[in-house]
Amino acid sequence: MSIAPAADPAIRVQGLRKAYGELGVLRGVGFEVARGSIFALLGSNGAGKTTAVRILSTLLRADSGTASVNGFDVATRPGRVRESISLTGQFAAVDGILTGRENLVLVARLRHLRNPGRVADELLARFSLDGAGGRKASTYSGGMRRRLDIAMSLIGNPSIVFLDEPTTGLDPQARIEVWRSVQEMARGGTTVLLTTQHLQEAEELADRIAILHRGRILVEGTLEDLRRLLPPARVEHVEKQPSLEDVFLALVGEDGVDEVGVDDGAGEVGGGERAAGSGTRGRR
Amino acid sequence: MVTRFLADTATLTGRSMKHVTRSPDTIITTAVMPIAIMLLFVYVFGGAIDTGPEAASGSYVDYMLPGVLLITVAMGVSYTAFRLFTDVQGGIFDRFDSMPIARSSALWAHVLTSLAANLTSLVLVVGVALLMGFQTGAGGLDWLAVAGVLVLFTLALTWVAVVAGLSARTVEGASVFSYPLIFLPFVSSAFVPTTSMPGPVRWFAENQPVTSIVDTVRALFAGRPVDGSTWTALAWCVGILVLAHAFAMVTYRRKSA
Ligand SMILES: Nc1ncnc2c1ncn2[C@@H]1O[C@H](COP(=O)(O)OP(=O)(O)O)[C@@H](O)[C@H]1O
Ligand SMILES: [Mg+2]
Repeated sequence: MSIAPAADPAIRVQGLRKAYGELGVLRGVGFEVARGSIFALLGSNGAGKTTAVRILSTLLRADSGTASVNGFDVATRPGRVRESISLTGQFAAVDGILTGRENLVLVARLRHLRNPGRVADELLARFSLDGAGGRKASTYSGGMRRRLDIAMSLIGNPSIVFLDEPTTGLDPQARIEVWRSVQEMARGGTTVLLTTQHLQEAEELADRIAILHRGRILVEGTLEDLRRLLPPARVEHVEKQPSLEDVFLALVGEDGVDEVGVDDGAGEVGGGERAAGSGTRGRR
Repeated sequence: MVTRFLADTATLTGRSMKHVTRSPDTIITTAVMPIAIMLLFVYVFGGAIDTGPEAASGSYVDYMLPGVLLITVAMGVSYTAFRLFTDVQGGIFDRFDSMPIARSSALWAHVLTSLAANLTSLVLVVGVALLMGFQTGAGGLDWLAVAGVLVLFTLALTWVAVVAGLSARTVEGASVFSYPLIFLPFVSSAFVPTTSMPGPVRWFAENQPVTSIVDTVRALFAGRPVDGSTWTALAWCVGILVLAHAFAMVTYRRKSA
C-alpha cells in the first residue's frame, strides 16, 4: 500500500460526541483517514456508524468535537464539504418512479456536468445496468438498486465517498460486485469511508479498520495491527474450512447465475440482463 | 448563486413533476371529490338551499363553485405532503442535502410541482362546472384575478403541506392536516349564506379565511367590483404563506439538529 504522506488527511475526526436525548451514541470518537485509502468503520447494529456518517456528510450536527473533511470543517464550511463528498446512505436512495438512467441523469444535472446523458450511459454500462436503464428503479432487485445507488454517488468524481453499510441485505454475488466497485474507486484515487457489520468485508476491503463500540473507537489500525492484538496460536485448522459463502459461490458460480433479489426486490426475481453481460439488452 | 438556485430548482421540479405525470390518478383523485361535492350539492341539496338575494340572479353552481375550488386545493396539497414525506423517508432528501446544490431547491421543487398539479385539477373542476351550467360575467382581467387568488391560496396551503410532509412520521400523518382544510369551506359562505347560521357558528364562519376568499372569488366571477373582503382574503393568504414558509424553513433546518 503506497499511500503518499499527504499533507493533511482526507478525514479527521476528534472528540466527536452526539447524543439523542439521554442516549449517548458517540462518546468521544476520533480517527483519521488518509487520502486515497479505504477506511472501514466496523461496528454492530446500533453502534453509531450511521450517526458518524451523517455528521461527516453534513446531515447532522455533532454536540461537540470536530470533524473535517477534505480540510473543511463540517460544522462551519458545510458547503465546501458537500463539494468534496458523496454519500451512499444505509438505504438505497434512488427514485423508484424514475428509470435507472433518469436517476443518473438527475444527479449529473445537479452536479452541473456538461453531458448528463453520456455520464449516465457510461455508468449504466460500468455497473452492468445497461439492460435495465430504461426500467423504473422500483422494479429493480436489491442488488441492482444498490449498484444504481453507488453509481449515482460516483457522478462528478467526488474525492471522498461515504458508503454506509453498502452490502447489507445483498446476496453474496451482489456483495462481491459492490466490493469490486469500491476497490475500483480507491484505485482511481478516491478516499472511501465505509461502515460495515461484517468482519469479512472490512478484512477484504479496508486499508485501515476502526472498531466502533459503545460510542468509542476500541481499536484502529491495519488488519495486521488488529491481528496482532490476539494471541497468534488460535488460527490453525479452522482456516482451511471453506466458509458457507465459498460453498455457495462454488455451487452457484460467481458469474453465471441470475441475481436473486434478496431484500425488497419488488417481487421480481433477478435482473437477467446482468447475468449474460452485455449480451442481452432486452427491456421489459 | 441565484442562477445555480434556479437551475437546481428547475432540475428538481422536472423530477417531481414526473411523479405527478406518471401517476395522473393523483390529479384525477384530487378533482373527483370536489366534482362529486358539486354534483351532490347542485342536483341533490341545491333545490332546497336558499342562497338569498346575493345570488338570486345566478344558479347554485355559480354560487358554490368558489368554495369547491378551495376544496380542490385542500385535497391537492395532501398529495404534496405525501410526495415530500416519501422523499424524506426514502433517503432521497439526504442525498440532495449532502450534495452541493442550492439550499431549499428541493423544497421549492415540491412547491412548484404542487402549484402545477393543483392548477391542473382546478382547470378540470372548472371544466365540469361549465358543463353543469356555470355562467360568469367575468372578463379576462377578472379571470386573471381569480387565478391570482387561487395561486396565492395554493402556495399558502402548499407551504402548510411542506411542514406536514417534513415533520410527519407516518404516511397518514403526512396527509391528515388536509382534513380540516377540506372541512373549512363547509363552515363558511361557500355553500350557504352565513346569515343562515346560528350565532357562534356564524361568527366563526364570517371570521375564518375561507369566507373572505370565497366572497372575493364569487365577486370576481359575478363581475362585481371587489370590496373589503378582497383585502381580508389577500391578508389571510399572504399571512398563512409567510408563516407556513417560516415554519417549513425551521422544520427543514431542525432535521439536522
Ligand atoms: N434520530 C434518532 N433519534 C433517537 N435515537 C436515534 C436516532 N438515530 C439513531 N438513534 C439511535 O442511536 C443509536 C445509533 O444508531 P446508528 O448511528 O444508526 O447506529 P448504526 O448505524 O451503527 O446501526 C441506536 O441506538 C439508534 O436507535
Ligand atoms: Mg446504520
